[in-house]
Amino acid sequence: MNRFAELLDRLSYTPGRNDKLALIVDYFRQVPDPDRGYALAAMTGGLSFRHAKPALIRGLIEERADPTLFRWSYDYVGDMAETVALMWPARHGVNRVPELSQIVEELDRTSKLDMPGRIAGWLDALDETGRWALLKLITGAMRIGVSARLAKQAFAQYGELDIAEVEEVWHGLEPPYLDLFAWADGLEGRPEHGALAPFRPVMLSHPVEEADFARMDPAEFRAEWKWDGIRVQAVSEGGVRRLFSRTGEDISGAFPDLVEAMDFEAAVDGELLVIRDGRIAPFGDLQKRLNRKTVGRKLLKDYPAGLRVYDLLVEDGEDLRPLPFDQRRARLEAWTARLDHPRIGLSPLIPFETFGELADLRGHPDAESVEGVMLKRGDSAYLAGRPKGPWWKWKRDPFLVDAVLLYAQRGHGRRSSFYSDYTFGVWKDGALVPVGKAYFGFTDEELKQLDKFVRANTVNSFGPVREVAHEPDKGLVLEVAFEGLQRSSRHKSGIAMRFPRIHRIRWDKPPREADEIGLLETMLEG
Amino acid sequence: MTGFTDIVCPTPQGLYCPPGDFYIDPTRASPRAVVTHGHSDHARAGHGAVLATKETLAIMGARYGENFTPAPQATAYGERHRIGDATVWLAPAGHVLGSAQAVVEAHGRRIVVSGDYKRRPDPTCTLFEPVSCDVFVTEATFGLPVFRHPDDGKEVAKALHTLALFPERCVLVGAYALGKAQRIIALLRRAGYDRPVYIHGALEKLCALYAAMGVELGELRLATDAAKEEMQGHVVIAPPSALNDRWSRRLPEPVAAFASGWMRVRARARQGGVELPLIISDHADWDELTATLAELSPQEVWVTHGREEPLVHWAGLNGLTAKPLHLAGYDEEGGEGPERAA
Repeated sequence: MNRFAELLDRLSYTPGRNDKLALIVDYFRQVPDPDRGYALAAMTGGLSFRHAKPALIRGLIEERADPTLFRWSYDYVGDMAETVALMWPARHGVNRVPELSQIVEELDRTSKLDMPGRIAGWLDALDETGRWALLKLITGAMRIGVSARLAKQAFAQYGELDIAEVEEVWHGLEPPYLDLFAWADGLEGRPEHGALAPFRPVMLSHPVEEADFARMDPAEFRAEWKWDGIRVQAVSEGGVRRLFSRTGEDISGAFPDLVEAMDFEAAVDGELLVIRDGRIAPFGDLQKRLNRKTVGRKLLKDYPAGLRVYDLLVEDGEDLRPLPFDQRRARLEAWTARLDHPRIGLSPLIPFETFGELADLRGHPDAESVEGVMLKRGDSAYLAGRPKGPWWKWKRDPFLVDAVLLYAQRGHGRRSSFYSDYTFGVWKDGALVPVGKAYFGFTDEELKQLDKFVRANTVNSFGPVREVAHEPDKGLVLEVAFEGLQRSSRHKSGIAMRFPRIHRIRWDKPPREADEIGLLETMLEG
Repeated sequence: MTGFTDIVCPTPQGLYCPPGDFYIDPTRASPRAVVTHGHSDHARAGHGAVLATKETLAIMGARYGENFTPAPQATAYGERHRIGDATVWLAPAGHVLGSAQAVVEAHGRRIVVSGDYKRRPDPTCTLFEPVSCDVFVTEATFGLPVFRHPDDGKEVAKALHTLALFPERCVLVGAYALGKAQRIIALLRRAGYDRPVYIHGALEKLCALYAAMGVELGELRLATDAAKEEMQGHVVIAPPSALNDRWSRRLPEPVAAFASGWMRVRARARQGGVELPLIISDHADWDELTATLAELSPQEVWVTHGREEPLVHWAGLNGLTAKPLHLAGYDEEGGEGPERAA
């Protein structure tokens, strides 16, 4: 448990993705089975414990600590699990420090009645970091900034495996993943997934650039709308139905309406969207349905989920992935027609002769919620990963707005000496109102210049935040690119930007010439 | 009958001893001062006379120039001095090099003003010595039961493990210039780290002083003289304020570490943008504070600076008479709180 606690502790403080990967890989190298497998399960959300609840932990500390001292401590620390971990009266040597595997296996077997005593025994044996990690583990709120995908990536890196292959076998396997580690260590072959309805790693595209078109023959390519929803894989095999995100997370629980509609024997690739009376709703509506374990009746009614399908991977047990796109497409069209379900529709092909024609269509899409077009070679097999050449994405140009820098905040990790997070605003009734925050889009050289500007033009400091001069003739205009706007009650300006980034720094432009809020209001979705 | 406050009493400029007419760690220039240790909030320049250990006097000389007082008086631990109607002597406090508790005796009673202290061994200074007394005056910097400092060897091992994991980066340890910085270096040496340690210019004088006083620090180099690549895979030590400062841009992708007792609380470590918190403190943690009070069991406990209420509350629960003094002018953890590092 000490090694696992140390890993969680280090991960919680390490902002960089590659550094997190290095920490996890190092852990897999140092720690034997089955502990490392349980650690992988903990990081991928594969463990849950029914009887260990926050109230139980509060009860344990109340029996052991003076209530006044506990209250002062909790006020200071601000986190229950951490306060308990730090305050727990140490009884070193009373018990053996438990292994992670022992904790996981015993938590599973322990009855509700015996649970407090069991947890107390472990807390007695562990140190502060160990207790913190244990409490985070059993209450399921780790918040260490590691996604399931990142943990799988680290595992693939550890075994020098292809992440797509790992994802493909993942859903048939159970913690502590002994077969997976045996494969990574070269002791055994790739585990067979015995489970029904497994995830098939998705095929991804590259952004197309001007220069690429010279080498592309329009006759060889098919075009589809690039929907502004989320990419999913709907799999229904042998009575098991699963809806996966593009990284292989099982998100079936949040979309029972769509799962119910998956009355077929196939694996299809498509876009998850909120579709009302045949009309696709803006992305903001879909967001209300995301990141939930379960979903209530009202949400199901107000935000009905639907699927626009664009590829057929498996039909009645036959793996279609090696077939060329055109053949799969023909099968998909026939399949969709036979299925004939109101929630599941075909994502149409866009007929075009030249790329120029397509550019015009892309600029004025007649379908809602489109963020561009996809170009797929008619002869392309369905390959896992991001092969260069067969599939391209051609995004619609972003929205642009000239905004004024209002506040700057220090970054994290390697950026901690730079003011790298920028809050910007536009004019409204003669004053600047904040409309968004961006922390990327600029080069390292531009970051240095921005940092210098912030330091030289600070008018106020609030901890790590600096207020930067923003008057009609004094201040800095940032050209901000973004993907869309939504109404938001959480933001002062009433709008929220999607994916804002610094597109250009307008050193030449005085703040008085920045845009008005009226311009943004015309861009609002829905 | 004379009370304890007739021997030592709190005043706006620090603790005052009427029978000896002197102050202990006065926060303003005073005619006569007993100084417990060299941190700037306890040791100020401009007193008429200063009684302190020779190390503390040397530290004050290095910081303020040799003329910081017209009448320095060096004393050894345990050496008694008669000042007016009081007797004063110093006992080791285990805080930093030369740090001491001031023991004041008058009217047949003894009051120990412990200054800042810790109980665990430190390769750079003499171990705290408990002195039985009628009144024990204690700090309470870490006076909450959540503050428990782990073994310092384990913390240093964390830094060395990080170096091994990221050989292309350096580990930049923010550490207070007096005491903490030298202790970190000494602990690294003890853990077998024998590469040169790169230091910020602000640490140079005090590191040289420690070495001259016999604290083995090994090879030190100035970070400002070194090429970026040269510092990859090395430890760099700087005052906390340099951690997020432009100064750190000369370093090869530094992993920001901060050595302080405050690092025990995650929110505070994150607030300062720290990637590698090292929980190493020169102050007593909760267990040391409470164990010291229990061991000495004085008639009265006076709590000076830090989180006074929880410690006073604990004392009450454990049958000790305690009160907060609310002294102004003393920094938490010798001015190395994360607020100042930000």
